[in-house]
Amino acid sequence: MTAKPQPVRKRKHSRLPLLAQAGPVSAWMILFVTIPLLYIIYISFMTRGTFGGVEHEFSITSYQTLLDVTYFKVIEKSFRAAVITTLLCLLLGYPFAYYIARKPADVASRLIMLIMIPFWTNSLMRLNAWMLLFQTNGPVNNLLLALGWIDAPKMFIYSDWLVMLGLVTNMLPFAVLPMYSSIEKLKKSLLEASADLGARPAKTFMRVTLPLTFPGIFSAIILTFIPALGIYTITDMLGGGKVLYIGNIIKNQFGAIRNWPLGAALSVLLLLITALLIFIYTRFARIEDMEVL
Amino acid sequence: MESHHSIRRRKRSFRFLGDLYAILMYAVFYIPVAVMIAFSFNDAQRNYYWQGFTTDWYGKLFSFANTDLWDALLYSVIIAVLATIISVTIGVLGGIGLKKFRFVGKKFIDMMIYVPIIVPEIVLAVAMLIIFMTIGVKLGMGTILIGHCTFCIPYAVVTIKGRISGDNETLQEASMDLGANRFQTFWKVTVPSIMPGIMSAAFLSFTLSIDDVVMSNMLAGARQSTLPVLILSLNRTGITPDANALTTVMIVALVLGMLAVNGLQRHRRKKEARLAAEAEKAISTAGGR
Repeated sequence: MTAKPQPVRKRKHSRLPLLAQAGPVSAWMILFVTIPLLYIIYISFMTRGTFGGVEHEFSITSYQTLLDVTYFKVIEKSFRAAVITTLLCLLLGYPFAYYIARKPADVASRLIMLIMIPFWTNSLMRLNAWMLLFQTNGPVNNLLLALGWIDAPKMFIYSDWLVMLGLVTNMLPFAVLPMYSSIEKLKKSLLEASADLGARPAKTFMRVTLPLTFPGIFSAIILTFIPALGIYTITDMLGGGKVLYIGNIIKNQFGAIRNWPLGAALSVLLLLITALLIFIYTRFARIEDMEVL
Repeated sequence: MESHHSIRRRKRSFRFLGDLYAILMYAVFYIPVAVMIAFSFNDAQRNYYWQGFTTDWYGKLFSFANTDLWDALLYSVIIAVLATIISVTIGVLGGIGLKKFRFVGKKFIDMMIYVPIIVPEIVLAVAMLIIFMTIGVKLGMGTILIGHCTFCIPYAVVTIKGRISGDNETLQEASMDLGANRFQTFWKVTVPSIMPGIMSAAFLSFTLSIDDVVMSNMLAGARQSTLPVLILSLNRTGITPDANALTTVMIVALVLGMLAVNGLQRHRRKKEARLAAEAEKAISTAGGR
Protein backbone atom coordinates (compact mmCIF):
# COMPACT_ATOMS: atom_id res chain seq x y z
CA MET A 1 0.00 0.00 0.00
CA THR A 2 1.54 3.24 -1.00
CA ALA A 3 0.37 6.70 -0.06
CA LYS A 4 -0.44 8.97 -2.90
CA PRO A 5 2.44 11.43 -3.21
CA GLN A 6 1.34 14.81 -1.93
CA PRO A 7 2.02 17.63 -4.33
CA VAL A 8 4.79 19.76 -2.91
CA ARG A 9 3.28 22.97 -1.73
CA LYS A 10 4.72 25.81 -3.71
CA ARG A 11 6.17 28.30 -1.24
CA LYS A 12 5.21 31.83 -1.83
CA HIS A 13 8.25 33.93 -2.56
CA SER A 14 8.04 36.56 0.13
CA ARG A 15 10.36 39.38 1.14
CA LEU A 16 9.32 39.05 4.77
CA PRO A 17 12.02 36.60 5.94
CA LEU A 18 14.71 38.63 4.25
CA LEU A 19 13.49 41.80 5.96
CA ALA A 20 13.08 40.11 9.34
CA GLN A 21 16.48 38.44 9.30
CA ALA A 22 18.87 40.69 7.42
CA GLY A 23 16.91 43.88 8.16
CA PRO A 24 17.81 44.59 11.81
CA VAL A 25 21.52 43.97 11.40
CA SER A 26 21.68 46.05 8.22
CA ALA A 27 19.78 48.91 9.80
CA TRP A 28 21.96 48.82 12.91
CA MET A 29 25.20 48.83 10.95
CA ILE A 30 24.11 51.72 8.71
CA LEU A 31 22.68 53.78 11.57
CA PHE A 32 25.47 53.27 14.09
CA VAL A 33 28.54 52.52 11.97
CA THR A 34 28.23 53.95 8.45
CA ILE A 35 26.51 57.23 9.29
CA PRO A 36 28.69 58.10 12.32
CA LEU A 37 31.87 57.32 10.37
CA LEU A 38 30.76 59.43 7.40
CA TYR A 39 29.80 62.22 9.76
CA ILE A 40 33.16 62.15 11.55
CA ILE A 41 34.90 62.52 8.16
CA TYR A 42 32.66 65.53 7.50
CA ILE A 43 33.40 67.03 10.94
CA SER A 44 37.15 66.67 10.38
CA PHE A 45 36.84 69.21 7.53
CA MET A 46 34.91 71.73 9.63
CA THR A 47 36.04 74.62 11.80
CA ARG A 48 36.47 74.45 15.53
CA GLY A 49 33.77 76.41 17.36
CA THR A 50 34.82 79.21 19.67
CA PHE A 51 33.38 77.53 22.75
CA GLY A 52 34.05 73.99 21.64
CA GLY A 53 31.79 72.16 19.26
CA VAL A 54 31.81 72.79 15.54
CA GLU A 55 31.13 75.59 13.11
CA HIS A 56 29.97 74.23 9.80
CA GLU A 57 32.52 76.01 7.67
CA PHE A 58 34.95 74.11 5.48
CA SER A 59 38.59 74.15 6.50
CA ILE A 60 41.59 71.84 6.50
CA THR A 61 43.03 73.44 9.64
CA SER A 62 42.68 70.19 11.61
CA TYR A 63 44.79 68.28 9.14
CA GLN A 64 47.38 71.04 9.13
CA THR A 65 47.45 70.92 12.92
CA LEU A 66 48.34 67.22 12.74
CA LEU A 67 51.59 68.25 11.09
CA ASP A 68 52.50 70.54 14.01
CA VAL A 69 55.55 69.29 15.84
CA THR A 70 53.68 68.41 19.04
CA TYR A 71 51.00 66.34 17.34
CA PHE A 72 53.29 64.88 14.74
CA LYS A 73 55.57 63.63 17.49
CA VAL A 74 52.67 61.87 19.19
CA ILE A 75 51.63 60.26 15.90
CA GLU A 76 55.18 59.13 15.24
CA LYS A 77 55.53 57.78 18.76
CA SER A 78 52.24 55.88 18.55
CA PHE A 79 53.29 54.39 15.25
CA ARG A 80 56.61 53.27 16.62
CA ALA A 81 54.96 51.71 19.68
CA ALA A 82 52.35 49.94 17.52
CA VAL A 83 55.01 48.59 15.16
CA ILE A 84 57.18 47.32 18.01
CA THR A 85 54.15 45.80 19.75
CA THR A 86 53.13 44.02 16.56
CA LEU A 87 56.62 42.68 15.88
CA LEU A 88 57.01 41.44 19.46
CA CYS A 89 53.58 39.81 19.35
CA LEU A 90 54.46 38.03 16.10
CA LEU A 91 57.89 36.91 17.30
CA LEU A 92 56.65 35.75 20.70
CA GLY A 93 53.32 34.49 19.45
CA TYR A 94 54.31 32.41 16.43
CA PRO A 95 56.40 29.79 18.28
CA PHE A 96 53.69 29.64 20.94
CA ALA A 97 50.96 29.16 18.33
CA TYR A 98 53.13 26.53 16.62
CA TYR A 99 53.66 24.72 19.91
CA ILE A 100 49.90 24.57 20.58
CA ALA A 101 48.98 23.64 16.99
CA ARG A 102 51.26 20.60 17.07
CA LYS A 103 49.48 19.17 20.12
CA PRO A 104 46.59 16.70 19.74
CA ALA A 105 43.26 18.48 19.14
CA ASP A 106 41.81 18.01 22.63
CA VAL A 107 45.00 19.18 24.34
CA ALA A 108 45.24 22.15 21.96
CA SER A 109 41.70 23.30 22.66
CA ARG A 110 42.41 23.13 26.38
CA LEU A 111 45.63 25.11 25.93
CA ILE A 112 43.69 27.76 23.97
CA MET A 113 41.12 27.91 26.77
CA LEU A 114 43.99 28.47 29.21
CA ILE A 115 44.98 31.55 27.19
CA MET A 116 41.44 32.94 27.26
CA ILE A 117 40.74 32.58 30.99
CA PRO A 118 43.09 35.33 32.27
CA PHE A 119 41.43 37.70 29.82
CA TRP A 120 38.10 37.35 31.56
CA THR A 121 39.64 39.30 34.42
CA ASN A 122 38.98 43.01 34.11
CA SER A 123 41.68 44.32 31.79
CA LEU A 124 42.31 47.47 33.85
CA MET A 125 42.86 45.42 37.01
CA ARG A 126 45.39 43.29 35.14
CA LEU A 127 47.18 46.42 33.98
CA ASN A 128 47.14 47.74 37.52
CA ALA A 129 48.81 44.50 38.62
CA TRP A 130 51.80 45.23 36.35
CA MET A 131 51.95 48.65 37.95
CA LEU A 132 52.00 47.10 41.45
CA LEU A 133 54.76 44.69 40.42
CA PHE A 134 56.96 47.40 38.94
CA GLN A 135 56.41 50.10 41.62
CA THR A 136 59.54 51.94 42.60
CA ASN A 137 59.76 50.01 45.88
CA GLY A 138 57.78 47.09 44.55
CA PRO A 139 58.57 43.38 44.16
CA VAL A 140 60.53 43.59 40.89
CA ASN A 141 62.78 46.37 42.09
CA ASN A 142 63.31 44.58 45.41
CA LEU A 143 64.22 41.39 43.61
CA LEU A 144 66.69 43.14 41.31
CA LEU A 145 68.21 44.92 44.32
CA ALA A 146 68.52 41.66 46.25
CA LEU A 147 70.20 40.01 43.27
CA GLY A 148 72.55 42.94 43.08
CA TRP A 149 71.67 43.66 39.47
CA ILE A 150 70.82 47.27 40.26
CA ASP A 151 72.14 49.61 42.95
CA ALA A 152 69.07 51.79 43.43
CA PRO A 153 65.38 51.30 42.69
CA LYS A 154 64.53 52.03 39.08
CA MET A 155 61.55 54.11 37.96
CA PHE A 156 59.74 51.60 35.78
CA ILE A 157 56.26 53.04 36.17
CA TYR A 158 54.95 55.84 33.95
CA SER A 159 57.54 54.86 31.34
CA ASP A 160 57.19 53.95 27.66
CA TRP A 161 58.77 50.68 28.64
CA LEU A 162 55.96 49.65 30.99
CA VAL A 163 53.34 50.82 28.48
CA MET A 164 55.01 48.52 25.95
CA LEU A 165 54.82 45.61 28.40
CA GLY A 166 51.12 46.34 28.86
CA LEU A 167 50.53 46.55 25.11
CA VAL A 168 52.33 43.30 24.32
CA THR A 169 50.76 41.27 27.13
CA ASN A 170 47.28 42.52 26.18
CA MET A 171 47.63 42.07 22.42
CA LEU A 172 49.47 38.74 22.42
CA PRO A 173 46.37 36.48 22.45
CA PHE A 174 44.99 38.33 19.41
CA ALA A 175 48.20 37.42 17.60
CA VAL A 176 48.38 33.84 18.87
CA LEU A 177 44.79 32.82 18.03
CA PRO A 178 44.73 33.58 14.27
CA MET A 179 48.25 32.22 13.81
CA TYR A 180 47.29 29.10 15.75
CA SER A 181 44.29 28.40 13.53
CA SER A 182 46.28 28.81 10.31
CA ILE A 183 49.14 26.61 11.56
CA GLU A 184 46.59 24.07 12.76
CA LYS A 185 45.06 23.91 9.26
CA LEU A 186 48.47 23.25 7.75
CA LYS A 187 48.58 19.73 6.37
CA LYS A 188 51.18 17.62 8.12
CA SER A 189 51.66 15.70 4.86
CA LEU A 190 53.03 18.83 3.18
CA LEU A 191 55.74 19.19 5.80
CA GLU A 192 56.58 15.51 5.51
CA ALA A 193 56.71 15.80 1.73
CA SER A 194 59.09 18.70 2.03
CA ALA A 195 61.30 16.74 4.40
CA ASP A 196 61.15 13.65 2.19
CA LEU A 197 62.24 15.72 -0.77
CA GLY A 198 65.33 16.56 1.19
CA ALA A 199 64.57 19.97 2.61
CA ARG A 200 66.15 20.73 5.96
CA PRO A 201 63.72 21.76 8.74
CA ALA A 202 64.76 25.41 8.41
CA LYS A 203 64.11 25.36 4.67
CA THR A 204 60.76 23.62 5.12
CA PHE A 205 59.79 26.31 7.60
CA MET A 206 60.83 29.19 5.34
CA ARG A 207 59.48 27.75 2.09
CA VAL A 208 56.36 25.85 3.23
CA THR A 209 55.18 26.64 6.75
CA LEU A 210 55.69 30.39 6.74
CA PRO A 211 54.10 31.15 3.32
CA LEU A 212 51.12 28.86 3.98
CA THR A 213 50.42 30.42 7.36
CA PHE A 214 50.80 33.95 6.06
CA PRO A 215 47.05 34.73 6.17
CA GLY A 216 47.11 33.94 9.89
CA ILE A 217 50.18 36.11 10.35
CA PHE A 218 48.55 39.01 8.53
CA SER A 219 45.36 38.63 10.58
CA ALA A 220 47.59 38.81 13.64
CA ILE A 221 49.22 41.98 12.30
CA ILE A 222 45.84 43.64 11.77
CA LEU A 223 44.45 42.51 15.12
CA THR A 224 47.45 43.80 17.06
CA PHE A 225 48.66 46.81 15.08
CA ILE A 226 45.34 48.63 14.70
CA PRO A 227 44.17 48.31 18.33
CA ALA A 228 47.67 49.19 19.55
CA LEU A 229 47.51 52.36 17.48
CA GLY A 230 44.20 53.50 18.92
CA ILE A 231 44.46 52.40 22.52
CA TYR A 232 44.30 54.89 25.37
CA THR A 233 43.46 52.81 28.43
CA ILE A 234 46.89 51.17 28.62
CA THR A 235 48.68 54.50 28.39
CA ASP A 236 46.25 55.91 30.96
CA MET A 237 46.78 53.06 33.41
CA LEU A 238 50.54 52.53 33.01
CA GLY A 239 51.74 55.84 31.61
CA GLY A 240 50.12 57.94 34.33
CA GLY A 241 49.27 60.72 31.86
CA LYS A 242 52.91 61.09 30.90
CA VAL A 243 52.81 58.75 27.95
CA LEU A 244 50.40 59.99 25.26
CA TYR A 245 49.40 58.12 22.15
CA ILE A 246 46.95 59.00 19.35
CA GLY A 247 44.08 57.46 21.33
CA ASN A 248 44.72 59.76 24.29
CA ILE A 249 44.84 62.82 22.04
CA ILE A 250 41.55 61.89 20.37
CA LYS A 251 39.90 61.28 23.73
CA ASN A 252 41.14 64.61 25.10
CA GLN A 253 39.60 66.52 22.18
CA PHE A 254 36.19 65.35 23.36
CA GLY A 255 36.90 66.01 27.02
CA ALA A 256 38.65 69.05 28.40
CA ILE A 257 40.13 70.44 25.19
CA ARG A 258 36.98 70.31 23.08
CA ASN A 259 38.52 70.50 19.63
CA TRP A 260 36.17 68.16 17.79
CA PRO A 261 37.52 68.68 14.26
CA LEU A 262 41.04 67.82 15.43
CA GLY A 263 39.83 64.67 17.19
CA ALA A 264 37.85 63.83 14.06
CA ALA A 265 40.90 64.35 11.83
CA LEU A 266 42.98 62.01 14.01
CA SER A 267 40.17 59.46 13.87
CA VAL A 268 40.10 59.74 10.08
CA LEU A 269 43.86 59.10 10.09
CA LEU A 270 43.27 55.87 12.02
CA LEU A 271 40.43 54.97 9.65
CA LEU A 272 42.69 55.44 6.64
CA ILE A 273 45.43 53.25 8.09
CA THR A 274 42.86 50.58 8.90
CA ALA A 275 41.42 50.76 5.38
CA LEU A 276 44.89 50.49 3.86
CA LEU A 277 45.78 47.38 5.87
CA ILE A 278 42.46 45.74 5.08
CA PHE A 279 42.94 46.56 1.40
CA ILE A 280 46.33 44.83 1.42
CA TYR A 281 44.79 41.89 3.26
CA THR A 282 42.01 41.45 0.69
CA ARG A 283 44.63 41.24 -2.07
CA PHE A 284 45.58 37.74 -0.96
CA ALA A 285 42.81 36.54 1.37
CA ARG A 286 39.09 36.93 1.88
CA ILE A 287 38.04 39.13 4.76
CA GLU A 288 35.50 36.45 5.77
CA ASP A 289 38.39 34.08 6.40
CA MET A 290 40.03 36.40 8.88
CA GLU A 291 40.06 34.73 12.27
CA VAL A 292 38.73 37.49 14.44
CA LEU A 293 37.58 35.43 17.39
CA MET B 1 73.67 4.29 15.85
CA GLU B 2 75.44 7.18 17.48
CA SER B 3 73.75 9.71 15.21
CA HIS B 4 70.38 8.10 15.78
CA HIS B 5 70.80 8.64 19.49
CA SER B 6 71.84 12.21 19.11
CA ILE B 7 68.85 12.96 16.88
CA ARG B 8 66.52 11.53 19.48
CA ARG B 9 68.26 13.48 22.19
CA ARG B 10 67.99 16.65 20.13
CA LYS B 11 64.29 16.01 19.56
CA ARG B 12 63.76 15.56 23.28
CA SER B 13 65.63 18.69 24.22
CA PHE B 14 63.64 20.53 21.55
CA ARG B 15 60.41 19.35 23.13
CA PHE B 16 61.69 20.41 26.53
CA LEU B 17 62.49 23.87 25.18
CA GLY B 18 59.00 24.06 23.70
CA ASP B 19 57.38 23.18 27.03
CA LEU B 20 59.54 25.69 28.82
CA TYR B 21 58.61 28.41 26.34
CA ALA B 22 54.89 27.65 26.69
CA ILE B 23 55.16 27.78 30.48
CA LEU B 24 56.86 31.18 30.21
CA MET B 25 54.09 32.46 27.93
CA TYR B 26 51.39 31.27 30.30
CA ALA B 27 53.29 32.87 33.16
CA VAL B 28 53.09 36.21 31.32
CA PHE B 29 49.30 35.78 31.06
CA TYR B 30 48.72 34.55 34.60
CA ILE B 31 51.15 36.71 36.60
CA PRO B 32 48.94 39.85 36.42
CA VAL B 33 45.90 37.81 37.49
CA ALA B 34 47.82 36.28 40.41
CA VAL B 35 49.12 39.69 41.51
CA MET B 36 45.62 41.18 41.18
CA ILE B 37 44.23 38.43 43.44
CA ALA B 38 47.12 38.70 45.91
CA PHE B 39 46.51 42.43 46.37
CA SER B 40 42.88 41.77 47.33
CA PHE B 41 44.40 40.50 50.58
CA ASN B 42 46.56 43.60 51.06
CA ASP B 43 46.29 45.28 54.47
CA ALA B 44 46.48 48.82 53.06
CA GLN B 45 43.97 51.60 52.39
CA ARG B 46 45.00 51.82 48.74
CA ASN B 47 47.01 49.43 46.64
CA TYR B 48 50.52 50.69 46.07
CA TYR B 49 52.70 48.40 48.17
CA TRP B 50 52.17 45.13 49.96
CA GLN B 51 51.63 45.90 53.65
CA GLY B 52 50.54 42.61 55.12
CA PHE B 53 47.87 39.96 54.82
CA THR B 54 44.23 40.51 55.65
CA THR B 55 40.89 39.10 54.53
CA ASP B 56 39.08 42.23 55.74
CA TRP B 57 38.47 43.54 52.23
CA TYR B 58 36.17 40.65 51.44
CA GLY B 59 34.21 41.38 54.61
CA LYS B 60 34.02 45.05 53.69
CA LEU B 61 33.02 44.18 50.14
CA PHE B 62 30.11 42.01 51.27
CA SER B 63 28.97 44.50 53.89
CA PHE B 64 28.02 46.52 50.78
CA ALA B 65 29.39 49.68 52.43
CA ASN B 66 31.21 50.74 49.26
CA THR B 67 28.08 51.57 47.29
CA ASP B 68 30.11 53.14 44.42
CA LEU B 69 31.61 49.76 43.59
CA TRP B 70 28.35 47.82 43.78
CA ASP B 71 26.35 50.47 41.91
CA ALA B 72 28.94 50.40 39.13
CA LEU B 73 28.88 46.60 39.02
CA LEU B 74 25.07 46.54 38.91
CA TYR B 75 25.10 49.12 36.10
CA SER B 76 27.69 47.08 34.18
CA VAL B 77 25.77 43.84 34.63
CA ILE B 78 22.45 45.36 33.54
CA ILE B 79 24.10 46.82 30.44
CA ALA B 80 25.92 43.56 29.69
CA VAL B 81 22.73 41.48 30.01
CA LEU B 82 20.73 43.85 27.80
CA ALA B 83 23.58 44.11 25.27
CA THR B 84 23.80 40.31 25.17
CA ILE B 85 20.07 39.85 24.59
CA ILE B 86 19.92 42.51 21.86
CA SER B 87 23.17 41.47 20.17
CA VAL B 88 22.40 37.77 20.14
CA THR B 89 18.89 38.34 18.79
CA ILE B 90 20.03 40.64 16.00
CA GLY B 91 23.18 38.59 15.48
CA VAL B 92 21.36 35.27 15.10
CA LEU B 93 18.79 36.70 12.69
CA GLY B 94 21.51 38.58 10.83
CA GLY B 95 23.90 35.64 10.69
CA ILE B 96 21.19 33.45 9.16
CA GLY B 97 19.89 36.19 6.88
CA LEU B 98 23.28 37.25 5.57
CA LYS B 99 24.21 33.64 4.92
CA LYS B 100 20.95 32.74 3.17
CA PHE B 101 19.87 35.76 1.15
CA ARG B 102 21.33 37.75 -1.68
CA PHE B 103 20.16 41.34 -1.86
CA VAL B 104 21.22 44.73 -3.08
CA GLY B 105 23.87 46.17 -0.79
CA LYS B 106 24.62 42.83 0.88
CA LYS B 107 28.30 43.14 0.10
CA PHE B 108 28.33 46.54 1.78
CA ILE B 109 26.63 45.18 4.92
CA ASP B 110 29.03 42.22 4.98
CA MET B 111 31.88 44.70 4.97
CA MET B 112 30.26 46.94 7.59
CA ILE B 113 30.04 43.93 9.95
CA TYR B 114 33.83 43.84 10.06
CA VAL B 115 34.27 47.57 10.67
CA PRO B 116 33.53 47.56 14.42
CA ILE B 117 35.73 44.50 14.87
CA ILE B 118 38.73 46.03 13.14
CA VAL B 119 38.52 49.83 13.44
CA PRO B 120 39.96 51.14 16.74
CA GLU B 121 37.15 51.38 19.26
CA ILE B 122 37.95 55.00 20.11
CA VAL B 123 37.16 56.03 16.53
CA LEU B 124 33.72 54.46 16.57
CA ALA B 125 33.04 55.75 20.09
CA VAL B 126 33.93 59.30 19.12
CA ALA B 127 31.94 59.08 15.89
CA MET B 128 28.86 57.96 17.81
CA LEU B 129 29.44 60.59 20.48
CA ILE B 130 29.43 63.34 17.84
CA ILE B 131 26.19 62.01 16.33
CA PHE B 132 24.49 61.73 19.74
CA MET B 133 25.60 65.23 20.75
CA THR B 134 24.53 66.69 17.41
CA ILE B 135 21.02 65.29 17.47
CA GLY B 136 20.74 65.93 21.20
CA VAL B 137 20.49 62.40 22.59
CA LYS B 138 21.01 62.40 26.35
CA LEU B 139 24.09 60.37 27.23
CA GLY B 140 23.53 57.52 29.67
CA MET B 141 22.64 53.86 29.80
CA GLY B 142 20.91 53.98 26.41
CA THR B 143 23.91 55.39 24.58
CA ILE B 144 26.36 53.00 26.30
CA LEU B 145 24.06 50.13 25.38
CA ILE B 146 23.97 51.21 21.72
CA GLY B 147 27.76 51.46 21.75
CA HIS B 148 28.21 47.99 23.23
CA CYS B 149 25.70 46.39 20.85
CA THR B 150 27.52 47.97 17.92
CA PHE B 151 30.64 45.92 18.60
CA CYS B 152 28.85 42.85 20.05
CA ILE B 153 26.49 42.35 17.08
CA PRO B 154 29.34 41.84 14.56
CA TYR B 155 30.99 39.21 16.78
CA ALA B 156 27.61 37.48 17.18
CA VAL B 157 27.01 37.56 13.40
CA VAL B 158 30.47 36.16 12.64
CA THR B 159 30.09 33.42 15.28
CA ILE B 160 26.64 32.40 13.98
CA LYS B 161 27.67 32.51 10.32
CA GLY B 162 30.53 30.17 11.14
CA ARG B 163 28.07 27.68 12.63
CA ILE B 164 25.70 27.54 9.67
CA SER B 165 26.62 24.90 7.13
CA GLY B 166 24.91 23.25 4.18
CA ASP B 167 23.32 20.77 6.59
CA ASN B 168 21.28 23.50 8.21
CA GLU B 169 19.74 24.52 4.92
CA THR B 170 18.92 20.91 4.02
CA LEU B 171 17.27 20.49 7.43
CA GLN B 172 15.27 23.69 6.97
CA GLU B 173 14.09 22.59 3.54
CA ALA B 174 13.12 19.21 4.95
CA SER B 175 11.21 20.87 7.78
CA MET B 176 9.31 23.12 5.39
CA ASP B 177 8.60 20.26 3.02
CA LEU B 178 7.15 18.30 5.92
CA GLY B 179 4.69 21.13 6.39
CA ALA B 180 6.22 23.25 9.14
CA ASN B 181 5.81 26.98 8.65
CA ARG B 182 8.65 29.46 8.82
CA PHE B 183 8.30 30.15 12.55
CA GLN B 184 8.14 26.49 13.47
CA THR B 185 11.14 25.78 11.28
CA PHE B 186 13.08 28.66 12.85
CA TRP B 187 12.36 27.68 16.46
CA LYS B 188 12.34 23.90 16.17
CA VAL B 189 15.05 23.31 13.54
CA THR B 190 17.28 26.30 12.88
CA VAL B 191 17.77 27.56 16.44
CA PRO B 192 18.56 24.15 18.02
CA SER B 193 20.99 23.33 15.23
CA ILE B 194 23.05 26.48 15.87
CA MET B 195 22.64 26.45 19.67
CA PRO B 196 26.40 26.08 20.38
CA GLY B 197 27.01 29.15 18.21
CA ILE B 198 24.29 31.07 20.04
CA MET B 199 25.82 30.15 23.39
CA SER B 200 29.31 31.26 22.40
CA ALA B 201 27.92 34.47 20.85
CA ALA B 202 26.12 35.20 24.12
CA PHE B 203 29.20 34.46 26.19
CA LEU B 204 31.37 36.62 23.93
CA SER B 205 28.90 39.54 23.97
CA PHE B 206 28.60 39.43 27.75
CA THR B 207 32.35 39.36 28.37
CA LEU B 208 33.04 42.07 25.76
CA SER B 209 30.37 44.32 27.22
CA ILE B 210 31.21 43.90 30.89
CA ASP B 211 34.92 44.54 30.30
CA ASP B 212 34.48 47.47 27.92
CA VAL B 213 36.12 50.76 28.86
CA VAL B 214 36.24 52.94 25.74
CA MET B 215 32.56 53.03 24.68
CA SER B 216 31.43 53.13 28.33
CA ASN B 217 33.76 56.02 29.02
CA MET B 218 32.98 58.13 25.96
CA LEU B 219 29.22 57.55 25.82
CA ALA B 220 28.47 57.71 29.57
CA GLY B 221 26.33 60.37 31.18
CA ALA B 222 27.53 62.30 34.20
CA ARG B 223 25.62 60.32 36.79
CA GLN B 224 26.68 56.69 36.73
CA SER B 225 29.73 54.92 35.34
CA THR B 226 30.31 51.24 34.65
CA LEU B 227 32.74 49.22 36.79
CA PRO B 228 35.69 49.45 34.34
CA VAL B 229 35.23 53.21 33.99
CA LEU B 230 35.10 53.54 37.79
CA ILE B 231 38.36 51.57 38.02
CA LEU B 232 39.94 53.80 35.37
CA SER B 233 39.09 56.89 37.44
CA LEU B 234 40.14 55.19 40.72
CA ASN B 235 43.53 54.53 39.16
CA ARG B 236 44.42 58.21 39.57
CA THR B 237 44.05 58.13 43.34
CA GLY B 238 45.04 54.50 43.87
CA ILE B 239 42.75 51.50 43.65
CA THR B 240 41.22 50.30 46.89
CA PRO B 241 41.77 46.57 47.58
CA ASP B 242 38.01 45.93 47.67
CA ALA B 243 38.03 46.48 43.89
CA ASN B 244 40.57 43.64 43.72
CA ALA B 245 38.34 41.55 45.96
CA LEU B 246 35.33 42.17 43.72
CA THR B 247 37.31 41.35 40.57
CA THR B 248 38.57 38.17 42.24
CA VAL B 249 35.03 37.12 43.14
CA MET B 250 33.95 37.79 39.54
CA ILE B 251 36.73 35.75 37.91
CA VAL B 252 36.22 32.85 40.33
CA ALA B 253 32.47 32.89 39.58
CA LEU B 254 33.15 32.95 35.84
CA VAL B 255 35.60 30.05 35.93
CA LEU B 256 33.27 27.98 38.17
CA GLY B 257 30.38 28.78 35.82
CA MET B 258 32.41 27.64 32.84
CA LEU B 259 33.45 24.41 34.57
CA ALA B 260 29.81 23.74 35.48
CA VAL B 261 28.67 24.27 31.88
CA ASN B 262 31.49 22.02 30.63
CA GLY B 263 30.62 19.34 33.16
CA LEU B 264 26.94 19.53 32.23
CA GLN B 265 27.77 19.21 28.55
CA ARG B 266 30.02 16.23 29.16
CA HIS B 267 27.32 14.62 31.31
CA ARG B 268 24.73 15.17 28.57
CA ARG B 269 27.04 13.79 25.88
CA LYS B 270 27.68 10.68 28.00
CA LYS B 271 23.95 10.25 28.56
CA GLU B 272 23.25 10.63 24.86
CA ALA B 273 25.95 8.11 24.03
CA ARG B 274 24.49 5.66 26.55
CA LEU B 275 20.97 6.12 25.18
CA ALA B 276 22.25 5.66 21.65
CA ALA B 277 24.01 2.46 22.65
CA GLU B 278 20.86 1.17 24.35
CA ALA B 279 18.75 2.06 21.35
CA GLU B 280 21.16 0.27 19.06
CA LYS B 281 21.07 -2.80 21.29
CA ALA B 282 17.27 -2.71 21.33
CA ILE B 283 17.15 -2.46 17.57
CA SER B 284 19.57 -5.32 17.06
CA THR B 285 17.63 -7.59 19.45
CA ALA B 286 14.38 -6.58 17.76
CA GLY B 287 15.94 -7.32 14.40
CA GLY B 288 17.16 -10.71 15.55
CA ARG B 289 13.70 -11.79 16.67
